[in-house]
Amino acid sequence: MFKYVSRRLAYAIFLLFLLSIVVYLIFGLLPIDPARISCGVHCSPATVLGNRHRLGLDVPLYEQWWRFICGIFAGRTYGDGAAQFTCPAPSLGYSFPHNECVTNVIAGAFPFTLSLAIGAFILWMTIGVSFGIIAARFRGTFIDKAATAFVLIGSSLPTFIVGLLVYIAAFLMHWIDPISQGLWVSPFSDPFGFFKNFIFPWITLALAFAAIYTRLTRGNVIETSSEDFIRTARAKGVSERRILIKHNLRTSLAPLVTNAGLDFGGLLGGAIITESIFQLPGLGMISLKAVLHDYDLPLIMGTTLVAATFIILFNLIVDLAYAYLDPRVRIA
Amino acid sequence: MATPILKVSGLKKYFLSSGGFTGRNKQVIKAVDGVDFEIYPGETVGLVGESGCGKTTVGRTILKLYDPTEGSIFFEGQDIAHASKVEIFSIRSKMQMIFQDPYASLNPRHTVGEIIGAPFQIHTKLSKDEIKNEVQSLLTKVGLNPEHINRFPHEFSGGQRQRIGIARALALRPKLIVADEPVSALDVSIQAQVVNLLDDLQDEYGLAYLFVAHDLSVVQHISDRVIVMYLGKVMEIAKTESLFKEPRHPYTKALLSAVPIPDPKLERSRERITLVGDLPTPANPPSGCVFNTRCWKAKDICRTTAPELLTVGSSTVACHFPE
Amino acid sequence: MSSFLEVKNLSVAFPTEDGIVQATNEVTFSVDLGQTLAIVGESGSGKSVSNLAIMGLHNPKSTRISGQAIFNLESGPIDVLTAPTETVRKMRGSTMSMIFQDPMSSLHPFFTIGNQIAESWLLHNEGGKKEARARAIEMLDLVGIPSADRRVDDYPHQFSGGMRQRAMIAMALVNNPKLLIADEPTTALDVTIQAQIIELIKQVQKEFNMAVILITHDLGVVAEVADHINVMYAGRLVETGPVDDVFYNSDHPYTRGLLNSIPRVDSFHGGRLSTIPGQPPSLIHLPNGCSFQPRCSYAKHVFGNKCEISMPELSQKAANHLARCHLSEAEIISATKAGA
Repeated sequence: MFKYVSRRLAYAIFLLFLLSIVVYLIFGLLPIDPARISCGVHCSPATVLGNRHRLGLDVPLYEQWWRFICGIFAGRTYGDGAAQFTCPAPSLGYSFPHNECVTNVIAGAFPFTLSLAIGAFILWMTIGVSFGIIAARFRGTFIDKAATAFVLIGSSLPTFIVGLLVYIAAFLMHWIDPISQGLWVSPFSDPFGFFKNFIFPWITLALAFAAIYTRLTRGNVIETSSEDFIRTARAKGVSERRILIKHNLRTSLAPLVTNAGLDFGGLLGGAIITESIFQLPGLGMISLKAVLHDYDLPLIMGTTLVAATFIILFNLIVDLAYAYLDPRVRIA
Repeated sequence: MATPILKVSGLKKYFLSSGGFTGRNKQVIKAVDGVDFEIYPGETVGLVGESGCGKTTVGRTILKLYDPTEGSIFFEGQDIAHASKVEIFSIRSKMQMIFQDPYASLNPRHTVGEIIGAPFQIHTKLSKDEIKNEVQSLLTKVGLNPEHINRFPHEFSGGQRQRIGIARALALRPKLIVADEPVSALDVSIQAQVVNLLDDLQDEYGLAYLFVAHDLSVVQHISDRVIVMYLGKVMEIAKTESLFKEPRHPYTKALLSAVPIPDPKLERSRERITLVGDLPTPANPPSGCVFNTRCWKAKDICRTTAPELLTVGSSTVACHFPE
Repeated sequence: MSSFLEVKNLSVAFPTEDGIVQATNEVTFSVDLGQTLAIVGESGSGKSVSNLAIMGLHNPKSTRISGQAIFNLESGPIDVLTAPTETVRKMRGSTMSMIFQDPMSSLHPFFTIGNQIAESWLLHNEGGKKEARARAIEMLDLVGIPSADRRVDDYPHQFSGGMRQRAMIAMALVNNPKLLIADEPTTALDVTIQAQIIELIKQVQKEFNMAVILITHDLGVVAEVADHINVMYAGRLVETGPVDDVFYNSDHPYTRGLLNSIPRVDSFHGGRLSTIPGQPPSLIHLPNGCSFQPRCSYAKHVFGNKCEISMPELSQKAANHLARCHLSEAEIISATKAGA
């Protein structure tokens, strides 16, 4: 098992390595000069050259990449003389638009993304799994039809529409204060303020997922209920309630672990639409700004690698969790 | 003696198992491990054995649905074991297969006409009308109504679907048909109908069958000769009558003895050889004779040396101590 | 004296979009303790459906069941078709048990074999997990699983096919049931393993003095274990009698056809197999008169198209031997001689 995990981790690092090359290549091929952009409207060629040197863009692309890689492990120093400054390891570079080390920019944004993802995850899993079970249990009745309607609406409405509707509703109810929305409120010092800040983004983000998980759960529970081993349990005299809880759900929910882990891992890279609507400066929003507005290569590289790391990490976690749940995978 | 239409020698087919969750337990599964036999024109050879003995793999490898790991397959004197795709294409019209599950082996979205007509479209230059005529005459041959040419497989019963599968296999007048458990998914009263149909078609077209099945009574009825396999190896080959009357290999004997006979009085008086234990896995077959772990006659030599196929009486047997 | 289980006029129907599927129609039979009743028939004959009804395993929402299935217990008779659901649930796994065709899919893949057997014991007994585990090991040992105390913690996929069916039997027997229903218990198994499992069923029946209902299509298996046979066709009982009577003096043309159409390993005759022409009928649109009449070669010998007009009753042919046919045996024999 240890060997397997370390092999998977080595493979993950290799993938991230490859990804960094790809991002550098894409950026190098784009007809964009960050040095010029960072310089502003009135700009002399000398300033551009100076900027280029400060940004480390005056060396070949592979050298830029290599410096980036070295920076992760050893930290990185920018500029000369008095203007010199250092981003300590693990350095993902320096973001000029933010005037800060990328690692710090990401560290500042991550609490928003993490809070958003965890809250939404809890919300959608609770709603999705329980609606799914109830719909399957009362298959064909009014309750089931209501759940199906929820699935259809939830999964067909685009997030930005849901987000806007929720935002407007919250605004009308005076629950949202557009000015304080983007500020970080710690859940430990002010739980209510934290909750108030996040509840609407959670609802927005969770709705579509809840619909999908309702459908998945309902389908799995119904499929499992026609399995032979459920008939065997019934033939042993197990009660319907226990059949559902012990015999059915274990099998029905195990595959959901895979979906849930991957979805959660994906969200840790940032939820662009939800973060934008509610002005939460999480990873999604800073990446969006870095791509569309600032052409901030170091920051893009940083957020991409962070997002990819989470996806790869959760892939591994999900595989291990599934192996734990299903003995056929575990031992075979 | 006539020349065999099919001659298989030293046939081996190994599979590599996926190796489970961590991918570290990759195993070589010796599904077929050195098999030799011939089939003569117009003959039915039964291939029997329990699950995992490699009988289905033999059938599929002969038709080149699998590439053999080792050995040669001579079809009408030509070695097809290592033939190219183009050569196989021309041979395929002469060798056909009938599958076990008539539900799974017919495309549900195609009409019967399309299913049976497909081989004509691929291998001949017949016009649409000519194909339709051929298909209808085939439907009549297998005992189906030729007017049902535009129906879909789900509109037929299991036995009728198997007839469709037979008609498709017959389309290009093959010389050899590999029938893989063709009646085991059918009800008893339908089984007999299909067995008789196969018999009639053999007489009419001079077909040779390789009849792969686990049901010994059906095999006994239809076959001229029978091959008994166990864990990828041939245990015994003999003419049907002598194999069933005087089985030489202990495994054949046990297998026959395990088949219940629909005769209550006989069943009550019969002494049964009950084999102990389960089949070993083909990933890790026993050393020496593969049957030695379940054989009541096994001695030291059986655990160390694999017996060669030798002629004993009218049978060919791979056993150190044949009956 | 009444039998242990008496089934009277049991009918099971499934309403579908195309019409009502009359899967079992007015079936009456009984089984005694220590007796093995074989129910024989082809797919769709209603042999499984009627027994699932006795076990109470049909979904009540999609099934219509009528008739009686009376268990004559020491505490008094109980009709499981009308008894409260909770009563029947408590009888399942204790008074009556069932094993199925595919032991792989019938065992829960996520729980150990021991856990699944123990669950069955815990459901019907006062006692702790330790005791249940000990019982599980004891049962596995009884059904011939080598080193049962070790294998008890295995998962179903670590067992071979034959061992899985042994484990199913162990689970079915853990509460000393009075009735064991075995639905095609050896159909998915290899023939040498089938022989072992049949032997095991015979052995445990003696040991537990159970009534056994064996559902199968394999007449060889029937000949080996059954005392009494019910032959079913298109949802109806067409012939019932002691095993020897039905095999050697079958009174229904369907039974005869079935017996004649199977090749036997002990007699080599080559040539053509005798067959029953045609297909079993649709259970939604049964033929007029006798359901077997369109496939029956004797029907035309019966006076006045009687077979096409009326469904024959089950009538007594010999002691305990009944058949649902308008023909008498003498008529069948003379018809056979006439070259039917």
